[in-house]
Amino acid sequence: MSEKKRSKYIIIPCSGIGKALGTITRRATYIVTEELLPNDTDSICLPLLTIEDEETVQKIRQNPCITVDGCVAQCAKKNVEYHQGKFKGEIKILDVIKENPKLKPGNVLDIGPDGEKLARKAAEKVAKIVGDKS
Amino acid sequence: MKIKPKIGLISCSGEGLSEGMVSRVATRKILEKRDDVVTICLPLFLAGGQEERDFAKNNPCITVDGCDKMCAAKGVKMYGKVHPKSSIVISEIIKKEKHSRPKSKSRIEPEDEKLVQETMKIINKEVDRVKEEE
Repeated sequence: MSEKKRSKYIIIPCSGIGKALGTITRRATYIVTEELLPNDTDSICLPLLTIEDEETVQKIRQNPCITVDGCVAQCAKKNVEYHQGKFKGEIKILDVIKENPKLKPGNVLDIGPDGEKLARKAAEKVAKIVGDKS
Repeated sequence: MKIKPKIGLISCSGEGLSEGMVSRVATRKILEKRDDVVTICLPLFLAGGQEERDFAKNNPCITVDGCDKMCAAKGVKMYGKVHPKSSIVISEIIKKEKHSRPKSKSRIEPEDEKLVQETMKIINKEVDRVKEEE
């Protein structure tokens, strides 16, 4: 009997270039995919969804997706929804900041120690969604 | 007197490849150094409204892509219905200038700084050229 291949969660950050929050989404995603859950998660380039790359669109339709957005525009979530991806959850960095008001992130190029802490907290939230749904 | 529009500088910021980190960091550094350039988060072309989609129509654009999928250049054509005035591709710079491919997707290592500087030099040159033509 062949074993059914387990789907990996696709973690999709907005990677916004305008604010430190975009860098935090990116860092949070790497913490999940490279440190916390390397065997259960993967990522994609969000711009590939924006340009409607067929292979990437199929990937988000076939695998559960979690989006990580930096600002209210929610680019990652909207791109996944637009392409009818298998949306399973979202993390908003603005919420993580509200929950941790003492942490002040740095800038886009260097999020600083507090930005790193926020990224880790966001990553843990992503990992929890993956754990809860697996 | 005709007011010249600012040059639009659009980075792919691709999360999946280390070249995406170079495109992002080089673009951001130029944005912080020059006041004649503006940017938009690439996924906003899809997630945003008409104003975001018109960005490329209103600003002559230079795209900075990590790989030959050229999401930023394609995004400008797809949503702005115009061609970028210049397209820079990091993987081509690596090949042409015989740089090593950056190993990390999540940070710029000291050995990759030369590639970032080289990319910034090219972006600066192209911004000056496009400004001259407008």
